[in-house]
Amino acid sequence: MAKLEYDNTGRLLFTKEMKEEYTLLIPQMLPDHFAMLVRILQTEGYKAEMLGNTGRGVIDNGQKYVHNDACFPAILVIGQLIDAVKSGKYDPHKVALVITQTGGGCRASNYIHMLRKALVKAGLEFVPVISVNLSGLEKNPGFKLSLGFIRKAVFAVIYGDLIMNVANQVRPYEVNPGDADAATADCMDFLLSDMGAGKGMTFKSMEKNFDRIIDRFKAVPVTGEEKVRVGVVGEIYVKYAPLGNNNLNEFLLSEGAEPVVPGLVDFVIFKIYNREVDVDIYGGKWVKRAFCHFFGNYVKKYQRAMIAALKRSGRFRAPGDFDELHGYIKGYLGDGNKMGEGWLLTAEMLELIHTGVPNIVCTQPFGCLPNHIVGKGMIRKLKDDYPGSNIVAIDYDPGATKINQENRIKLMLANARAIAKQERQETSAPAVEETVKV
Amino acid sequence: MSLRIGIDIGSTTVKVVVLNENDKLLFRSYERHYSKARERACETLSSIRDMLAGKDVKLVITGSAGLGVAKAAGVDFVQEVYATAAAVNRFIPSTDAVIELGGEDAKIIFFGGALEERMNGSCAGGTGAFIDQMATLMNVTADELDKLSLQHTKIYPIASRCGVFAKSDIQPILNQGGRKEDVAASIFQAVVDQTVAGLTQGRELKGKIVFLGGPLHFLYGLRQRFVETLKLDGDHAIFPEDGDCFAAIGAALCSEDYEEAPFDALYKKLEQSVDNTSVVDTMPPLFDNEGEYEAFLTRHNAKHPPEVDAQTYTGDAYLGIDAGSTTTKMALITPEGGLLYTYYHSNEGNPVAIVLEQLKAIYQMCRGRITIKGTAVTGYGEDLIKNAFSCDLGLVETVAHYNAAAHFEPDVDFIIDIGGQDMKCFKIRGGAVDSIMLNEACSSGCGSFIETFAKALGYDIASFSKLGLFTQKPVNLGSRCTVFMNSSVKQAQKDGATVADISAGLSISIVKNAIYKVIRAASADDLGQHIVVQGGTFLNDAVLRAFEQELDKNVTRPTISGLMGAFGAALAARDMGLEQSSLLSEEALASFSHTAKPVTCGLCTNHCSLTINQFDGGRKFISGNRCSRPLGKEKVENPDLMKYKYDRLRALHGTGGGNGSRGRIGIPFGLNMYENLPFWFGFFTRLNFEVVLSPESSRSLYIKGQHTIPSDTVCYPAKLLHGHVEALVEDGVDAIWYPCMSYNNDEGIGDNHFNCPVVAYYPELLAANVPVLKQTKFLDPYVGLWRRKDCEKRLAAMMEAEFGVPKKETVSAVRAAYGDYDSYVADVRSTGAEYIRYAREHKMPIIVVCGRPYHIDPEINHGINDLITSFGFVLVTEDALSYLEGYEARTVLNQWTFQSRMYNAARYVCTQPDMQVVQLVSFGCGTDAITTDEMRSILEDGGKLYTQLKIDDINNLGAVKIRIRSLMAAMDARADKE
Repeated sequence: MAKLEYDNTGRLLFTKEMKEEYTLLIPQMLPDHFAMLVRILQTEGYKAEMLGNTGRGVIDNGQKYVHNDACFPAILVIGQLIDAVKSGKYDPHKVALVITQTGGGCRASNYIHMLRKALVKAGLEFVPVISVNLSGLEKNPGFKLSLGFIRKAVFAVIYGDLIMNVANQVRPYEVNPGDADAATADCMDFLLSDMGAGKGMTFKSMEKNFDRIIDRFKAVPVTGEEKVRVGVVGEIYVKYAPLGNNNLNEFLLSEGAEPVVPGLVDFVIFKIYNREVDVDIYGGKWVKRAFCHFFGNYVKKYQRAMIAALKRSGRFRAPGDFDELHGYIKGYLGDGNKMGEGWLLTAEMLELIHTGVPNIVCTQPFGCLPNHIVGKGMIRKLKDDYPGSNIVAIDYDPGATKINQENRIKLMLANARAIAKQERQETSAPAVEETVKV
Repeated sequence: MSLRIGIDIGSTTVKVVVLNENDKLLFRSYERHYSKARERACETLSSIRDMLAGKDVKLVITGSAGLGVAKAAGVDFVQEVYATAAAVNRFIPSTDAVIELGGEDAKIIFFGGALEERMNGSCAGGTGAFIDQMATLMNVTADELDKLSLQHTKIYPIASRCGVFAKSDIQPILNQGGRKEDVAASIFQAVVDQTVAGLTQGRELKGKIVFLGGPLHFLYGLRQRFVETLKLDGDHAIFPEDGDCFAAIGAALCSEDYEEAPFDALYKKLEQSVDNTSVVDTMPPLFDNEGEYEAFLTRHNAKHPPEVDAQTYTGDAYLGIDAGSTTTKMALITPEGGLLYTYYHSNEGNPVAIVLEQLKAIYQMCRGRITIKGTAVTGYGEDLIKNAFSCDLGLVETVAHYNAAAHFEPDVDFIIDIGGQDMKCFKIRGGAVDSIMLNEACSSGCGSFIETFAKALGYDIASFSKLGLFTQKPVNLGSRCTVFMNSSVKQAQKDGATVADISAGLSISIVKNAIYKVIRAASADDLGQHIVVQGGTFLNDAVLRAFEQELDKNVTRPTISGLMGAFGAALAARDMGLEQSSLLSEEALASFSHTAKPVTCGLCTNHCSLTINQFDGGRKFISGNRCSRPLGKEKVENPDLMKYKYDRLRALHGTGGGNGSRGRIGIPFGLNMYENLPFWFGFFTRLNFEVVLSPESSRSLYIKGQHTIPSDTVCYPAKLLHGHVEALVEDGVDAIWYPCMSYNNDEGIGDNHFNCPVVAYYPELLAANVPVLKQTKFLDPYVGLWRRKDCEKRLAAMMEAEFGVPKKETVSAVRAAYGDYDSYVADVRSTGAEYIRYAREHKMPIIVVCGRPYHIDPEINHGINDLITSFGFVLVTEDALSYLEGYEARTVLNQWTFQSRMYNAARYVCTQPDMQVVQLVSFGCGTDAITTDEMRSILEDGGKLYTQLKIDDINNLGAVKIRIRSLMAAMDARADKE
């Protein structure tokens, strides 16, 4: 059994020996993206598993071991990890926990420390915690982000975004329920088996894969009905994680809406771009700036390729690229607004409004600090500038009830339908009477 | 066209209307459903069967609790705000806005242009349920509350964010003798402020406003407060006749879009869904059977005071009075602790009258046989009762409770007391109260909450809690604050939970709240080995059982659980060893009189709301004061670094050393300006700008900016900024300077040097939400002060672009301004050192207040510094000590400049025997969720006490006093031991 080793600050390390024996447990955030990342970790020689445990055990463990006033995602992520360790499914002495760390001025950078405190409280202080970050925080001898891995991870994010995007455009309209999910599974399979075989890692083959994904989804039979499109933005965890947002996607589908969820790659570019901006507005080394610029451009190139693939599909709507989003933000927030989702969140709302999706759910954990500014804080100005925008801010919290959240979303949907109806009446002859089922 | 039926199922009521083809109202009803929403709706429909049977009708359900019913029954549903808007559009055209208050919802709908609708979020309490709760608190019905309010002469400031907050404001006013009439009106005013602040979010309420919903329909006092606050005249404030049923009427109107169906079929669908119940989230039962319950009772009834026959006892006795927030408790004991007389009753808003009556009864009983040799008072009303009846001793609750607990369980190491309004937990280490945990305003969930709920569901508290004992499936209601619990109950009702399930669920919630929110324990062993539970709430067997189940451990509940404070006070009176008590004699009580008069103190800018209590014989007691000046004494002026810093910063306005020729720059006096102002003042005055500071923070400044606050859960210091910038615009300054700062100064003591996101980016929020800022030049560029050379260049470019200031001039101003800032920092440090010397020369204990720089604002800290120094402490702040320790790795990411200072100050305090820390925490401060645990562990590891004071816009210093006095008692106990 692997020996427990500590660094000079007393931090428990993940050793090379552990790499052989331990299973890495990874909390779920974006189901598709993270599933792929886990498979990539496996090909790198790690035993890794994405957690799917939900329910009361997760929240109970979170509340028991995390500070009452900590943000909801911390409670869920830590609750999910501890619930899994205690579940009996794993040997607690043979698991390590993986958590991401963005390293910004928001509370989220502290999750890893909250997790360690929680482990001590739960009597599990022998479980190593691995930080995944791009800031060079907390190194571990048994866990290294190789350039190859980072490259594959970027691929996974882009593929994940594309699959999420087209699946969202198909699922509400599928003739046979479950078709879109089947297509998703198919795409993941061929992408991962390619990756496993070392294929599909060039720009060219990626472009081909884009078309393959799109073709697979094009093949799903759909009805021709028209549905209200609803954008979903917000704090990164509750925006994406079904556990965090009470299955918001599913709820929107059941209400007869089409969810439009901006992808993860913008957030990745955003975090890289922030480092460039820091040098611009406060000063600093040009080398750092140049490196970030280069890395940002690398990811942007892939994003543009994905958008191009969507455009040539002739079927799916394509999102704007990062620079387009960035362009919207002028007059709202400065480039320096970088904590949490920063200006990107507002930019996503603007992009949605500009692309015909004025109906938006802005999700945030109760009391989320950056969201006071970039979420709730910008809605008024958006409504002033775009009177047709129809944005509802929803707080997520262990105590917040689903009924309250759904009621508020229903109000936004009723508004959306009324606006759509009005527009139809204005544009077409009143004879086209359509029954709107609420 | 067919008849149209609208059913609005809210959280507490069901409204049913029937409209004919001419929109004429054929039928309307408004009834409470006592959590039986489906049944109530069916009963109402069945009562009007004659009108509808055999006809084709259109039926639509709306309302917050209606969704579940509609889904289960397969009936059409419309969202209630949408329905309301439809009704208003039809019947009251040209409306500009609708304000609708319901049982638990508050809504504003803006008309004109695109329809804009706002509902209260998950943190909002100023609704019908809140009014009911407040009425219960004052022991009147909602109607009586309404009548009282119409006679008010004064409005008290009451926190308007959430019910729990308001309660803790109201309680002291009542206990200190404030007039019920004024409190009633103040409650309504709080609802108005809550609605306006929470829901308008920057859009002005003006024009023709329609008021809807039950509370606004029935409560004239509430209407009056709205009309006055919004300055509306008769033509612009519309209270429609059927304002309580508008959502139902709207639903009926919306039914036009849906298919019609035979009434009987629809009725059948609804009726059949009645039995269609499912409770998803349940927990194990409290007791499996009666036998288990019997054994439980026998075990707990074993701990009781010595038996004594009060009718025949002759000798000395000691009286203890616990004037609690909602109840008054009294105990008369023999020297051995035998009970001669006890009293436990709701204080009905007037503890003085209750105690007077009881004292008379006690004297009656004592006559000739029993001599009262000492009297002690504890609890919220301690000062008032002590002064009114001339008692011998006042003591802080925590100590009283420890006295009592130790009497029954000498080895006690943990005490938890849950009363009507407050929860107190503390550890006992080495015979002294060691660490105190009080419920923060947000996580109350105490006894009076169950009581209010029992009443709302139509039960008295005793039978309501009994109901839950044997249910097989208590419902899981979560464990957050009461407002959230309200919604959890709503959801449970929707899912068909029975009253018994809810009762048991509430008891379990309270326990979980106590263990995981207040105590924050991970396991039972965290608490202690010998746990004593007390307080009225633990008389409730369901709560006690849930507590033992949750801890998996037996605890001690003395039979006098509800009287422990009074009992402990009586023991303290005994231990004084007096020859004679100073308590008013029986004769003196006969002529006792008491009047209370509210006044506003004008002796300083705090403008405390005072209550002057006059007793017979010229005795007088003033409450609500924060310093001793209104009592006619000179204010104690112990060294106070918070005050020193505040005065020094406030002086930084005007032209300084320059001539002010370049114009007037306004600087909002809030958040990080409390740190960076010395820099900016030096910078601008050297460039010949005049610096105009926004006025001192105050409640009215807050109200001024309140209407533009977009997020009601952000911290109070941030909310104040809205008023500050509006005041600057009114002042007519040429520009307002409020830069964004992701990073603060790097003092080399943390892993990074960020500001928190709110401090960093609030300027951008103001720019987007405060319309008057368009009238001025609002400058909010990104500035990084920690890179001095880079900052120089960037400011030079900015000043040239904005004001045409030559770059050279700016550069030299920046350099000099850094000097100004550095000398400010040095001054704070040396003044702190001087105060510490003073304290040591005079043998005074030192309190180090750790918080943010802006916590020195008296409107934010509510005069906590005055309170601390009035207890004989010398006060210094974290930034006067933080430089004395270097960098050390923490178990959290130590990445915020202000927060890093607190860690270092705490580390330094651990090395100084005469210092203790008090940490100030703003409610809603996310970063403090991280710092508080870390501060506690630094201090406790260093052998220090940890005291945390949570502050918001509440003016009540009661909880603060308890903590500081308990801290003093613990310090004394430690000193005695040494």
